[in-house]
Amino acid sequence: MVPVASVDFTSQLLQYFANGVAKGSTYALMAVGYTLVYGVLQLINFAHAEVYMLGSHFAYYQAKWGGYLPDEPGAKPESVPILLVGAFIAIAMLACAAVGMLIERVAYRPLRNAGRLAPLITAIGVSLFLQYGGQVVFGTEPKLFPTFVETEVFEIGSVKIPNTNLLIVVTTFVLMLGLTLFVSKTRPGAAMRACSHDMRTAKLMGINVNATISLTFAIGSALAAVAGVLVAMDQPAITPLMGVRIGLKAFVAAVVGGIGSIPGAALGGLVLGVSESVVGGLWDTNYAEAVAFVFLIVVLLLKPSGLLGKATREKV
Amino acid sequence: MAKTVGLLLAGLVACYGLNWFLAEFIEVVYVDYLNLIGIAIVLAVGLNVINGLTGQFSLGHAGFMAIGAFVAGLVSIQLTYGEMSSGPLELAGLGTFLLSLLLAGLAAAVLGVVVGAPALRLKGDYLAIATLGFAEITRILLTAQDSLGGPTGIKRIPKMPLLPGTGAWDGGTSVFWIFLVVFTIVLFSARLQRSTYGRALIAIRENELAAETMGVRAARMKVMAFVYGAFFAGIAGGLYAHYQHSVRPDDFTSIRSIEVVVMLVLGGLGSITGAVLGAVAVTLVPQLLRPLEEQLQVNGLSMVVYALLLILMMIFRPQGIFGQRELSLKLFRRILPGGRK
Amino acid sequence: MTALLATENLTIRFGGLTAVDGFNLAIEPGDLFGLIGPNGAGKTTVFNMITGVYLPTEGSVHFDGKLVNGLQPAQVAALGVSRTFQNIRLFDELSVLENAMTGAHQHAKINLFDSLLRTARHYREEQRQRDRAYELLTFMGLEDRAGLPAKQLPYGHRRKLEIARALATEPKLICLDEPAAGMNTGEKAELSALIRKIRDELKVTVLLIEHDMKLVMGICEKIQVLDYGKTIALGTPQEIQNNPKVIEAYLGGE
Repeated sequence: MVPVASVDFTSQLLQYFANGVAKGSTYALMAVGYTLVYGVLQLINFAHAEVYMLGSHFAYYQAKWGGYLPDEPGAKPESVPILLVGAFIAIAMLACAAVGMLIERVAYRPLRNAGRLAPLITAIGVSLFLQYGGQVVFGTEPKLFPTFVETEVFEIGSVKIPNTNLLIVVTTFVLMLGLTLFVSKTRPGAAMRACSHDMRTAKLMGINVNATISLTFAIGSALAAVAGVLVAMDQPAITPLMGVRIGLKAFVAAVVGGIGSIPGAALGGLVLGVSESVVGGLWDTNYAEAVAFVFLIVVLLLKPSGLLGKATREKV
Repeated sequence: MAKTVGLLLAGLVACYGLNWFLAEFIEVVYVDYLNLIGIAIVLAVGLNVINGLTGQFSLGHAGFMAIGAFVAGLVSIQLTYGEMSSGPLELAGLGTFLLSLLLAGLAAAVLGVVVGAPALRLKGDYLAIATLGFAEITRILLTAQDSLGGPTGIKRIPKMPLLPGTGAWDGGTSVFWIFLVVFTIVLFSARLQRSTYGRALIAIRENELAAETMGVRAARMKVMAFVYGAFFAGIAGGLYAHYQHSVRPDDFTSIRSIEVVVMLVLGGLGSITGAVLGAVAVTLVPQLLRPLEEQLQVNGLSMVVYALLLILMMIFRPQGIFGQRELSLKLFRRILPGGRK
Repeated sequence: MTALLATENLTIRFGGLTAVDGFNLAIEPGDLFGLIGPNGAGKTTVFNMITGVYLPTEGSVHFDGKLVNGLQPAQVAALGVSRTFQNIRLFDELSVLENAMTGAHQHAKINLFDSLLRTARHYREEQRQRDRAYELLTFMGLEDRAGLPAKQLPYGHRRKLEIARALATEPKLICLDEPAAGMNTGEKAELSALIRKIRDELKVTVLLIEHDMKLVMGICEKIQVLDYGKTIALGTPQEIQNNPKVIEAYLGGE
């Protein structure tokens, strides 16, 4: 993120706001994956954070094998042609979609009728497996991410916006819009909504529930891959444990926004990103870490279903 | 009551005997495993009252432990050295040690009231994520206190006090103190379970509305469960602080909270026996796999195997090792040939 | 004689739907009172408002002279109102005996430390609860099943256990929500006798929701009929049977 020079309060605030929107966009992109899966399976998919980690690693290795990493430490890496960047991201998305579907097939589907806790524990298991499996395969050393986009900083008034941040925000916006259209306008999207509303009835209506759940995981995972690459472009190093913190925050964002709701995930992500950035900038980065959780508790106590969620009532 | 005093005395003697035996015959590294298992048991059996008996979903147990660890550490440092300074580790006095543990438990219990209150409005995963939020806030606030060492935490926490006949051994009296608490919480939790309070807690788990209309004050009982679990988690934190001699806020991340839930589910949610077994398995398995990792020189391998075991275990036995049953004399009688049914 | 339970202008709305509208009810001590009406008339909703599960939008519930609405269910139970549920709500993992003992929990005069330290008071309290629960199980004819987990109980017995559990709270008024649903003729006859015994021997006032007209007409002395959230008739079984409004409500005439 961008350091802030000593300027007046308003432009400082605007700067933190702009940084926060970019940060919040990555939360939102991740939160969608949590919210989609939770909407359908009522499962906190802990492994989602590791799919994000894999996304950035898949892109990294493509660039490495393509010869776009510096040969010796300290050398300025060659930047990747823009079309190739697109191809790397697309392949990372496909690979992550496959991983996401595989996780569901292997670790969650066998437990679909085993209550709520057992799949939660396997989700934790998969998460640990990928974190430490990542260490085994990729190594524990942080890896410098190749230059996908030459950094350039735009200035609007006194607010500095790097092109990577702009890219993050625009990409997120386009993907979220696409997803919303997909879910509301297409047949597979309708099937997803039906499963999320009532899986048993959806099944009785002839919807292929398994395929729909797989699709849900594929979409969420592909978006996580994008988030992984975008964040890696912004923060140069990647590690197998990089998903842990953003994963927790993104899930919190999904809950704050109202779990099961796509606009909720977007709103939750933005709210958290901006408030973290503002609190961190004006006050203390330590307290910024706590902001998400304070928000979470306040929102849950005032409106347990989240900002944009719907309340349900138990029949007595 | 007389029986209670007798049982506690017997536990005291048994823990002393165990400590003496280990000091005489066993390598300290194995004793380290044992102590970590003991602390894990206290956490798991306490959380079982909240998650297992009462059917709440708390995912913030590490927060209670963190408060306990810091309170006990600070009290003990203050009363032993008078200030935080450098120098060799000293022994805490018996009074200091016991007081620090009591205050650790009480401080965590107060936090238990705060965290338990949302349980009156929230259910299931929502409660889980809120309790996790509380634990994270606790950890972050501790990290932000420069007076408490910030991210590096507090150091030079005195050793646990010695007992007559236990001296020159690296393990000190840790086994005695830790397992005395293990003994106490297992005894109390088994008794809690089989009392009017235990039945009320289970009633809340089974059907909260029916429990309330039958006169069970669900709100009060839920907070009680949180306070009970938090109190012992605070003591576990105090023991951990005295055992490790230093604590950092990052010793108590959400990963540890999640770990305690894993122990419960693995052992069989709602069963004390299961909680104990889960605590043993989750603590020991990665440690036992460590030599394999070192031999093959592959970092992270032991955790990979552990994670795989966890996934397989859940797929093939989703109700946990013990389900909701308890290991008791009755069960032994049933299993033994010719036993009564 | 003053009413044991009195509701005045009791009204509840869920969003735009008025489920119960200006409902008045007066039950005197010792009554065996029937509340009937077609499906969806709002009977269970009335129970939920009486027992503190729902907060009425308007109106009041008085029990034993005290205002009840606004109290938590457990506080209402403490005043002496107990109930059963249309969709049975037992504590499945507890035994039959323990289910009934849970009803007696609210009268426990011990604290947590008594139980943790196993004081004499703890043992006395356990004994009291066990004895009372056993008495009531015997009263309901379930004493042979005391040790069974509640989830293994057959359907008819589950309904009876709910009644035993409710009685263990030592209520002045018990509200039974369709206790005969799903029972066969023999079981229903037995249940009728039991309900009468609850009133006559245990001296507990009974408020009964039931769809089985034969059972209601057979045991209730006063009956009130609810339709679309409003009272349409009140009287003795004979009066109700001959009331044209009631017949219309049940036959669905326009």
